[in-house]
Amino acid sequence: MSEPGWTSDEMMTIAAARSLRDGATCFVGIGLPSAAANLARRLHAPNLVLIYESGTIGSTPTVLPLSIGDGELAETADAVVPVPEIFAYWLEGGRIDVGFLGAAQIDRFANLNTTVIGSYQQPTVRLPGSGGAPEIAASAHEVLVVVRHNRRTFVETLDFVSTRGDRVSRVITDLGILEPVASDRELVLTHVSPGVIVGAVREATGWPLHEADRVIDLEPPTDTELGALRELRSDRQ
Amino acid sequence: MEGFTHLIPHAAGHEVIRQGLKELSLIRMTPDIIYDQLIGVGAASQLVFSWGGNPGVGSLHRLRDAVENGWPRAIEIVEYTHAAMAAAYVAGASGLPFGTIRGAPRTDLPSVAAHMQWIDSPFGDEQVLAVKPHRPDVTIIHAQRSDREGNVQLWGIVGIQKEAVMAAKRVVATVEEVVDELTPVPGAVVLPHLVIDAVSAVPGGAHPSYAAGYTRRDNAFYIGWDAISRNRDRFIAWVDRHIRGTTDMESFRASIRHVAS
Repeated sequence: MSEPGWTSDEMMTIAAARSLRDGATCFVGIGLPSAAANLARRLHAPNLVLIYESGTIGSTPTVLPLSIGDGELAETADAVVPVPEIFAYWLEGGRIDVGFLGAAQIDRFANLNTTVIGSYQQPTVRLPGSGGAPEIAASAHEVLVVVRHNRRTFVETLDFVSTRGDRVSRVITDLGILEPVASDRELVLTHVSPGVIVGAVREATGWPLHEADRVIDLEPPTDTELGALRELRSDRQ
Repeated sequence: MEGFTHLIPHAAGHEVIRQGLKELSLIRMTPDIIYDQLIGVGAASQLVFSWGGNPGVGSLHRLRDAVENGWPRAIEIVEYTHAAMAAAYVAGASGLPFGTIRGAPRTDLPSVAAHMQWIDSPFGDEQVLAVKPHRPDVTIIHAQRSDREGNVQLWGIVGIQKEAVMAAKRVVATVEEVVDELTPVPGAVVLPHLVIDAVSAVPGGAHPSYAAGYTRRDNAFYIGWDAISRNRDRFIAWVDRHIRGTTDMESFRASIRHVAS
């Protein structure tokens, strides 16, 4: 097989973008979620409303912001509200359709750790912390997670439950997509990225990963999707 | 020292380092580079926060070194979520014994954080999360401008600054400029002089953060900070040369420009 003309990270961002429906109100974390949400807005979801925790509502940046508070987000927003309002009135007030998160660790029920590796009192790695994620995951009607797939991230037991996965509907990775299809809400493999075999996904998962009755092959990125993503990533400085 | 990515009072933070203040309890929702510097020089004994990273870049290496290895000294962590921090400022500003949020049930943070406690709603079966208020001795903010009476005006991403000001016992504002009259600006917050104790004109005082309408965020500096802060010796040399070796924001900027060129 020849090398594809795209990277697994690009495939992941495009698969995440495809998961967002037009017109939804989306609370966006920085990094991979922000890239995917902005890509969706460029493609099939021009009316996607992007909300960043810095208080910007309806931002339409032309290039990807580095932080959640870049000037471009405020300049292009419909409204900029104070931080207490974005969390109390917009998020916990129930006005967000989709929350979009990343994480350092995830378990089989899509619970997330962004706090510590090791014990809380004596961590071996101190991670940034909760930020807005716990309340995003508890208050958005639906939650998407985008995260790179490896055994360091997909673990049997979290060192710390920063954020509950009860409302997570989809976990998008560089190898495929996991969804909580059964009533116990354990994540199962539902899609694989082009060229990825199910065994490789199992190998990269720290618990015995089950797959759906039918695992669907994701469509490779189209030229339009790739072009839009690369344009967003260019000229970020 | 508040500022949600925008309007972070870096110049004031540098001056705290120059004056050698110690045993500080630092409060901020999103501690970034300036708190990394203060922690790295050992100025802080406590950090009250909800997200401590270099946004879009990675870790705050000085914060991590302090928490993981106690270098240059151990630091006490008082951790909230963003929504809880926001409510803690609002409660502090309101003189309440606690703030409340809907919260995130069955997460681990409240079990290690005595300042976040689930309580029963008096009006139904729900539980809400009660959070301990913030009452800073001093809040420092950076804003676009003030008038000669000390009324302070800021706009763009206004963040949590109004609440941090109203919760504090004393307030210092650095501003881009002092003007004769504060003309209206869309979305602006005006903080009356009654709640401002001191104003200092420090153009560019937010760098590498920014002041909308005046300066742009220096994203290259944030990216470059990762390498500077990763190594203890390099960090200390950087602080000695560019902060302790300068007297104000203007000479700091000249000093780091000299390295870049």
